Amino acid sequence: MSHVAQGRGKYGFIAGFLFAPLALYLTFVIWPYVQTFGYSFTNWTGQSPTFDFVGTDNYAALLKDEVFRGALWHNLLLLVFVPLVTILLALFFAFMVNAGGRGGAGGVQGVGGSRFYKVVYFFPQVLSLAILSVLFGAIYRSDEGGLLNGFLTGLGLIDANHPVEWLNEPNLVLWCLLLVVVWHGVGFYLVLFSAAMQSVPKDVYEAALLDGAGRAQTFFKVTLPLLWDSVQTSAVYLGIAAMDMFVLVSTMTSGQFGGGPDHHSEVMSTVLMRNFLYFGKSGYACAMGVVMLALTMILSVITLRATRRERIEF
Amino acid sequence: MTTPSTVIKAPGEQAPERSGATGRPGKREGRRSEGTTLNVFSHGFLVVWAIMIVLPLLWLALGAFKTDAQIGGSALSWPSNWHFDAFGRAWTKGIGGYFANTLIVLVFSVPLTMLFGSMAAYVLARYPFTGNRLIYYFFVSGAMFPVFLALVPLFFMVKRFDMLNTYQGLVLVYVAYSMPFTVFFMHSFFRTLPTAIHEAAVIDGASDTRIFFQVMLPMAKPGLISVGIFNVLGQWNQYILPAVLMQPQSSADPERYMLTQGLIQLQYQMGYETDLPVLFAGATIAMVPMLVVYLSFQRQIQAGLTSATLK
Repeated sequence: MSHVAQGRGKYGFIAGFLFAPLALYLTFVIWPYVQTFGYSFTNWTGQSPTFDFVGTDNYAALLKDEVFRGALWHNLLLLVFVPLVTILLALFFAFMVNAGGRGGAGGVQGVGGSRFYKVVYFFPQVLSLAILSVLFGAIYRSDEGGLLNGFLTGLGLIDANHPVEWLNEPNLVLWCLLLVVVWHGVGFYLVLFSAAMQSVPKDVYEAALLDGAGRAQTFFKVTLPLLWDSVQTSAVYLGIAAMDMFVLVSTMTSGQFGGGPDHHSEVMSTVLMRNFLYFGKSGYACAMGVVMLALTMILSVITLRATRRERIEF
Repeated sequence: MTTPSTVIKAPGEQAPERSGATGRPGKREGRRSEGTTLNVFSHGFLVVWAIMIVLPLLWLALGAFKTDAQIGGSALSWPSNWHFDAFGRAWTKGIGGYFANTLIVLVFSVPLTMLFGSMAAYVLARYPFTGNRLIYYFFVSGAMFPVFLALVPLFFMVKRFDMLNTYQGLVLVYVAYSMPFTVFFMHSFFRTLPTAIHEAAVIDGASDTRIFFQVMLPMAKPGLISVGIFNVLGQWNQYILPAVLMQPQSSADPERYMLTQGLIQLQYQMGYETDLPVLFAGATIAMVPMLVVYLSFQRQIQAGLTSATLK
């Protein structure tokens, strides 16, 4: 191989090294993405090899689809609250872990045991969503055997004979899922923000300290502006995660591919999968995929624009 | 949220203990009493969240030792029978097989991901040619799109290759979907390697291919380890791709479920058979290896993660 590459010069080598990765990537990632657009204009069932071009019928049907519209609304709610709650908690914890300790000669340092917190908070991140589903399925059990119900009955906050049906309560189910996502994500963003905070020179903090800034002031006037780039990136990542939600919803809630009770936890990805694998409406499912992509793009741009600030160099 | 009571209690209880116990060098006692109170207060939050992480995981593992009636009866009960048989039953109920399937796929997919990802990243990072940037962005942009967008055509693409419910099909798909992150990460890594070494190797008469395998790849080892761990975690925990691609196509087909998929299967099954200790044991079996990998490599994971995302 090596002398062949040499014989053909640099371009032979470049082509040789790029061929396999690019071929795989084009076949299994890029081409399917492109095909989705094409299929979204057909009435393809997925079972038969033939299909007709139906123009924008699928998209028109989507607009009228009550279930899909509900799912879209739930995705939008998650899109606001998942990043908001996760980032606020992660910022707070990261600040405590990195700059919360005061009074040492060094001026600014983390609280005691910060190394331990960073390790433990990251635990959920290495667990698969399938494990989270089993774990939280058990935590949210609708009898006293659920950790949450057991705990609340133990405290006397709820009646043992009428435990809360967390995942079957139409008004609770989405928020229960939100908690799982936040529980899962905070550690990752804590570590992310920690690294950003550590790259801020110590003398910046010391200067603030000498000027008599309190902890809250230090946070809002020094830390947050310097971290803005990471916060922005995190908001986009979390937004993409909030658009997905498939694994948790489909495995934790009732119904074919989840979404229950009565579509109260439905998200776009579960509607898509049901239409594709259960109703055999592949073309229609592809149209949903395109809508999801468009929304992801729009929301990424909006997030990046709305949170744009002057970049601070240090 | 059931946290406030614990937190409000904290200052009075912990304040005296703290000033003595945290023997930080050069600590000036009582410099900021407001700071200490606040510290203990917010430290309380940190402790509460740590408990909220660890307690459910321990509770899940303990569930494997309980009886089914005990699990349904009261959440806060301590296991009465401490038998390991739920683990044995979970293993024979399929977890063993799913575990093996996942291992088989990962043994091929992770090294292939690393090889192909590094090859592409290396060429893109160090050889300027027309279309270089375009191909790079092509690779990296894949990370932005929701996988759902591709799912329907992907299924039929794999079907056309006759690779549904096969290990090799899933291996290729995993490698392809791991490309964006791997190329992105290794690209920035190869750029930091000094050019002088490359030049020295050229003068010694080494071919490009040889330089890559014998000089550059060994030098990129720290980067390879970080991105390797991420790929192991990512592919081990993948659910959607196997859920679509690894379904038996006929009743004669063997079940080649991955561990995550098998676990969800077990969750449905145990719901009917009411043998929850088996489910908890299965989840524990799936959970422990990842926690061990994480705890052994947590430095590299946390360092790698931040260098990748803060670029």
